[in-house]
Amino acid sequence: MADVSIAKVRDEHETTTGLPHTKLAMWLFLSSECLLFGALITTYVLYRGASTKGPFPSDIFDIGYTSVSSFVLLASSLTMVLALGAAQRRDFMRMRLWLVTTAMLGMTFVGGQVYEFTAFYREGLALTTNLFGTTFFVLTGFHGVHVTVGILMLLSLTGMSFADRLPDDPAFPVEMVGLYWHFVDIVWIIIFTVVYLIPTGPVGK
Amino acid sequence: MSDIHVDRRDDEIEEHAVSHAGHPGSREYVRIFFILGAITAVEVAIYYVRDEMGGWFLPLLFTLMISKFAIVVLWYMHLKFDDRRFSRFFVMGLAGAATLYLVVLISFRVFLS
Repeated sequence: MADVSIAKVRDEHETTTGLPHTKLAMWLFLSSECLLFGALITTYVLYRGASTKGPFPSDIFDIGYTSVSSFVLLASSLTMVLALGAAQRRDFMRMRLWLVTTAMLGMTFVGGQVYEFTAFYREGLALTTNLFGTTFFVLTGFHGVHVTVGILMLLSLTGMSFADRLPDDPAFPVEMVGLYWHFVDIVWIIIFTVVYLIPTGPVGK
Repeated sequence: MSDIHVDRRDDEIEEHAVSHAGHPGSREYVRIFFILGAITAVEVAIYYVRDEMGGWFLPLLFTLMISKFAIVVLWYMHLKFDDRRFSRFFVMGLAGAATLYLVVLISFRVFLS
């Protein structure tokens, strides 16, 4: 039994570079994600103000509403690091509490995004309405999918914790999921500024 | 024999715990959250007075955005405390994204205009 535990610990921190392979892989993955979102944000910026018919961003954005969503996602980053802190202290009850809180804040954000998309659709903005609709829905939709994947990871981690299936060093998987979650947060920091706070009206305005 | 294994396992767990020793505590995480919240509030506030700000609006907005980005990456993602090689990998991706943006910008805007 003890041998199995040793093997598990060794595997989790397997390294030939002095850095844990899993963590290195996660950073490389996040690095590649920068390229994905870089391309989507670039496309949005390139076609900013190029739509010849509405609705335009200035017609439909509700900055107050989106600001609250941004605060919710920022708060989820806080609860995520608090979960990591609890995992490092091996305080499993608090770890589960903060993980579930993070997942719920994430669900609130995604729910808000679904509501926003529905409201925009009712106001006449669909994926194929104009260049703004296409680039906006693809960029924010991809981000929403990433948040949803993060929620599934958080809930899986919580489930594994309840089933006592976490490795001997529980902080390590929490840290990996946390890195992904914070990445999703920093992408939103850029989207909130570039897409929402820089107003764009009809062509030439 | 089994005891020796258990001891070694505990040592390794302790070693990993020590590697987290440089990470901030809960109080600092909460403090950082309030800083991030304050920056977001300033961003939203200047959005509503953008006409009065003139040419300062965009530079200030981007400065605030980059500040928030850096704070999350350095503190919440622990790049400030972790091995520098992780930072290099991440910067590599960011640089790639920035290069991609510049190439597309040049291809679509500069060459066509």
